[in-house]
Amino acid sequence: MVKRSCNVQAYFKDLSEKLCAGLPQGEVLLLNYQGEDSDFVRLNSNKVRQAGHVRQQTLHLDLIGNGRETSASLPLSAQLDNDMVRAQRLLGRLREQLPLLPEDPHLNFAGEVHNSSHHGDNRLPAANEALEQLISVARGLDLVGVWAGGEMSHGFANSLGQFNWHSACSFNLDWSIYREGDKAVKQNYAGFTWDSDNLVQKIAQARNTLKLLGRKPRILEPGQYRVFLTPSALYELMQMVSWGGFGLKSHRTAQTPLLGMVREGATLHKDINISEHHSDGLTPRFTRAGFIKPHSVELIKNGAYRECLANRRSAREFDTAVNCGSEQPQSLHIAGGDLQQNDVYTALDTGLYISNLWYCNFSDRNHCRITGMTRFACLWVEQGEPVAPVNVMRFDESIYHILGDQLDALTREHEHILDTASYGWRSDASARLPGALVNDFTFTL
Amino acid sequence: MFADWQSIIDDFKAVVPRVDFWSLRLVQDETETLHVRDDVLQPPSLVQSRGAHISFIDRGGMAYAATSALNREGLRTACERALDWLAFSRRHALIAADSMPRPGYSGSYATAVHIPWEAWSLEDKLGRLQDINRELNIDKAIVDRQAQLSRRRSQVTLVTSDAVSIDQQFHYLFPGYAAVANRGAQTQMRSGGGWGSARQGGLEQLDGFAFPDSARQVAEQALALVEAPECPSATADVLLMPSQMMLQIHESIGHPLELDRILGDERNYAGTSFVSLDMFGSYRYGSELLNVTFDPGITQEMASYAFDDEGTPAEHRYLIRDGLLERPLGGVVSQSRAGTAGVANARASDWNRPAIDRMANLNLEPGTNSLDELIASLEYGVLMDTNRSWSIDDSRNKFQFGCELGQLIENGELKGLVRNPNYRGISATFWRNLTAVGDAGSFEVWGTPYCGKGEPNQMVQVGHASPACVFRDVEIFGGV
Repeated sequence: MVKRSCNVQAYFKDLSEKLCAGLPQGEVLLLNYQGEDSDFVRLNSNKVRQAGHVRQQTLHLDLIGNGRETSASLPLSAQLDNDMVRAQRLLGRLREQLPLLPEDPHLNFAGEVHNSSHHGDNRLPAANEALEQLISVARGLDLVGVWAGGEMSHGFANSLGQFNWHSACSFNLDWSIYREGDKAVKQNYAGFTWDSDNLVQKIAQARNTLKLLGRKPRILEPGQYRVFLTPSALYELMQMVSWGGFGLKSHRTAQTPLLGMVREGATLHKDINISEHHSDGLTPRFTRAGFIKPHSVELIKNGAYRECLANRRSAREFDTAVNCGSEQPQSLHIAGGDLQQNDVYTALDTGLYISNLWYCNFSDRNHCRITGMTRFACLWVEQGEPVAPVNVMRFDESIYHILGDQLDALTREHEHILDTASYGWRSDASARLPGALVNDFTFTL
Repeated sequence: MFADWQSIIDDFKAVVPRVDFWSLRLVQDETETLHVRDDVLQPPSLVQSRGAHISFIDRGGMAYAATSALNREGLRTACERALDWLAFSRRHALIAADSMPRPGYSGSYATAVHIPWEAWSLEDKLGRLQDINRELNIDKAIVDRQAQLSRRRSQVTLVTSDAVSIDQQFHYLFPGYAAVANRGAQTQMRSGGGWGSARQGGLEQLDGFAFPDSARQVAEQALALVEAPECPSATADVLLMPSQMMLQIHESIGHPLELDRILGDERNYAGTSFVSLDMFGSYRYGSELLNVTFDPGITQEMASYAFDDEGTPAEHRYLIRDGLLERPLGGVVSQSRAGTAGVANARASDWNRPAIDRMANLNLEPGTNSLDELIASLEYGVLMDTNRSWSIDDSRNKFQFGCELGQLIENGELKGLVRNPNYRGISATFWRNLTAVGDAGSFEVWGTPYCGKGEPNQMVQVGHASPACVFRDVEIFGGV
């Protein structure tokens, strides 16, 4: 696989050099390559529902000239002559369009050359062998989920002479094991190297939890409860907050759900420290316009708002430095607290252990009030012991309470969450999050 | 047959291994987007996609491979990958692949386009978007304005080892604009002109979205919403306009009726369903006023087509008639697994994804009341327009939805605007409180290009047409 990645890199370098070589004076060309070589195997009832392989490669072109910019992308066939012809034809269309456009006051691209190359080692197991093991270990269980694994590559080149490459081989095995109805244990195993013992241990844990899910479910009345949010549950909430919460454009146009922090001085709990930790993430360190991302961006410090994420257009519009490729965090990090993971049930004492949240959305964006559902193995805990599963409940609560005045503790340990999304392409977003103990969490239905 | 497809098919036939059944789905797609924000043109984009999806069935196994390398070598490599997974799936098959029905009909489909995208020059299109930006700029409190016009052209060809050949050509238009108003810590957004939706067809579809005529009203309403009182908290009647009915139908009828959800395929991601197989034919889903159809034949609706991506001819079918549940949304593979009737709705988002059960066009049939009569029938309630927030449990039962705009109704008359209108309920009981259905006068064609589902994930366009509808005794509330 490493050899293939090098071959693809050489192919992109060759293609980009040929495209840039024929550029008329005064034009700048930005080129982005994206490639994926992934297996996807879908399971239901611990059997194969759909199994397949996807190989896709695209080239994105940004043509800049006379203060104007236009863009296009095309699929690649990996046959140089063929791809050159189609890319040149597309470039011709862009060149015809450019003079018809008005000048772009927010045009921004990297002018300094910073080359880089990162090749992740391929330490992946054969996907069929990993899945044989999963199916064997989970024999007798109603397991449903998906294996997504393989190589993903990103490349950047421009006519100023910059070249960047980033490739990684990863897997993301995401599954649920059902007992009956909607009572299930949700698990995930993702990373770069496969450890059979890790999988065996996870399935054994699931079998134990399934016994608990067989007890008569507790039906909660709407009201306020003490809860523990696992890192997975917190990730669902943070994905909502990240929807405009940290972007410079959304701040300057008053659309951030953290508007209260910007306009009214509202704060979160003093122990909340949130950053976009670029160097700890899985995404390339270069942006699609050739900027190099900083090590990290401090978004919230000691509960107060600090800095925004500024992409290339926002940075030009609002006169600041580019510090991200996307104004939605891709490598979110929340600092941990003092609560030890082993003490979570004891610290919760009596309340709801929320393993997963689902389908969140804003009920009042101005106040960062979020609604959503509990899902999977959410457990009722009494005097530090989980005693019963809980039927799904709808919550409606503000982040200013959850991570603010009602936050009791954060776990010391983090979970490294690799995003399972695969719309169009496999996501390379990730997050490192602690769990959170919260008082008076509001359920409505 | 579309240009140069035949040579790709010939190359594929030259390398395809001997299997019981194969299909080759070729997809070529081009999307052009123009977007003006705060009077500034964003870099126009032209996105091309092109690839092949290969499916094999052989001796009880079933597998696929997809590739953007459409030359003989690329297709050969894809066939090898599919063969690898074919062997694996045979050992662990969930489905008796050999007994799955196969496509038996050839045919074609093309979106009716009256005013093609190219009929307006680039300068003309940009000029209109700039005009809309100016129209939205009515006050300093308008802090963000945007207008967009996008066109997608998609060509899909399906050929099989049984000599079936299906060609379909789709044209979609994605127009819209939005204004954001802010005072202090209160921000409200209002959209119009088709924002967030789309239609099949050409530029003639703009009229149906009141594009650009509603631009000023959009800005005025954004401003008014900032100053409006919060939606009251109460149990009251709601009048849902078609731009919200779309979402209500989508989440609490469409998804729970998807047969693959009922069969458990989606339990790890999109979820399951409160509907079970034994309910079809007897379950009262809603009041007698509720009639819901799968209708692939409304030309401008987003998911109109002649064949689904498994090659099944698409036909109009009732799913719910007079409130009673009749049939699910399931393609032939799901129908065969479940032993029940369904519809032609197995669809893939692109060449790189396999077909699964999707919603397509799911419509609520018109009733007999004019919009004025619906309003007059409410003693106290809220009209809600244009979805902006959606959340529902994984069984598609407990929901909470929010809209951009609310308007009080008192004693049968429309009163002032209210902001942050939300409502919540339970699907299994909500539809039984459907007490009035608008006539053809309020019937509108909507839909969304952003329906997400499946592992690996797939985003597809779905159509929802509906009149305005009245529901009794709904829990409503506002913000803060």
